[in-house]
Amino acid sequence: MADELRRYALAALFGAGRRELVEHIPHCVRLGMEVLHVGPHVARVRLPYREEIVGDPVRRVVFGGAITTLLDHAGGLAVFASLPDLASIATLDLRIDYLRAAAPGHDLVGEATCYRLTTHVAFVRASAWEVRAEDPFATCLATFMVGANPSLSPVARAVRDREGGAG
Amino acid sequence: MNAARALATIPYARFLGVRLEEAADGLVCVLPFRDDLVGNAALPALHGGVVGAFLELTALVELIAQVDDDRVPKPIGFRVDYLRSVGPRDTRGRAEIVKHGRRIANVRVLAWQDDAAKPVAAGTGNFLL
Repeated sequence: MADELRRYALAALFGAGRRELVEHIPHCVRLGMEVLHVGPHVARVRLPYREEIVGDPVRRVVFGGAITTLLDHAGGLAVFASLPDLASIATLDLRIDYLRAAAPGHDLVGEATCYRLTTHVAFVRASAWEVRAEDPFATCLATFMVGANPSLSPVARAVRDREGGAG
Repeated sequence: MNAARALATIPYARFLGVRLEEAADGLVCVLPFRDDLVGNAALPALHGGVVGAFLELTALVELIAQVDDDRVPKPIGFRVDYLRSVGPRDTRGRAEIVKHGRRIANVRVLAWQDDAAKPVAAGTGNFLL
């Protein structure tokens, strides 16, 4: 592991296709969410298009709240990917702007960046797109509380498994 | 479209399993607890996204109940404040239309579990009618 990555608690899990970061989270499993990439301060997550998450039965557009789930999750992972030591986190507030309707039938991708981390609060911005990252259909700002008890963190197990194993 | 029909026709509302409760002072949406809505199994607590989605759905249903139109209003923006951990129990939500303009409606929502005086989350959003 490169020296500059050692200061991140999640460094062992940085990279593409990190299934272990969602497989312990029941709702992510239910939605078929996939972690595409996690790196220092950033996370990219995919939410597959499914009829059951449609919000407008006429336009076949995914429900806004499902996009909240995608961006909340990407945001949480971006915070984990910023922490020097594993901690529990909780979303404090989240604000989404729906710039346009997401095109029906496409998987949705959300990417979040934790742009500021303080002792107790992490600040995140995120966006979501279905075709091109430069043309997002939603943007988002969120804050997360950073707590003390890492055993309550859903990624703690993934990190433990990784460090206890070959990684 | 009325509120009950909205919940029956919006696929995501069926996915969450949200149902209506007729209270004396208006509509209450109920999100029954289900294991696959959990975001943190260690607590356990509902996924923050589910809580946000439930608030937005509650706002939308209230709006649909007030508007005589078959179209579903489009969300422009929505903000959620997470106030307490949302435990493995049913969650209830109630929305209030703050302003109902010609094109835009502003809606406020509160969600609670055991005690309506102790909300677990608050939301506010603008919708294009």
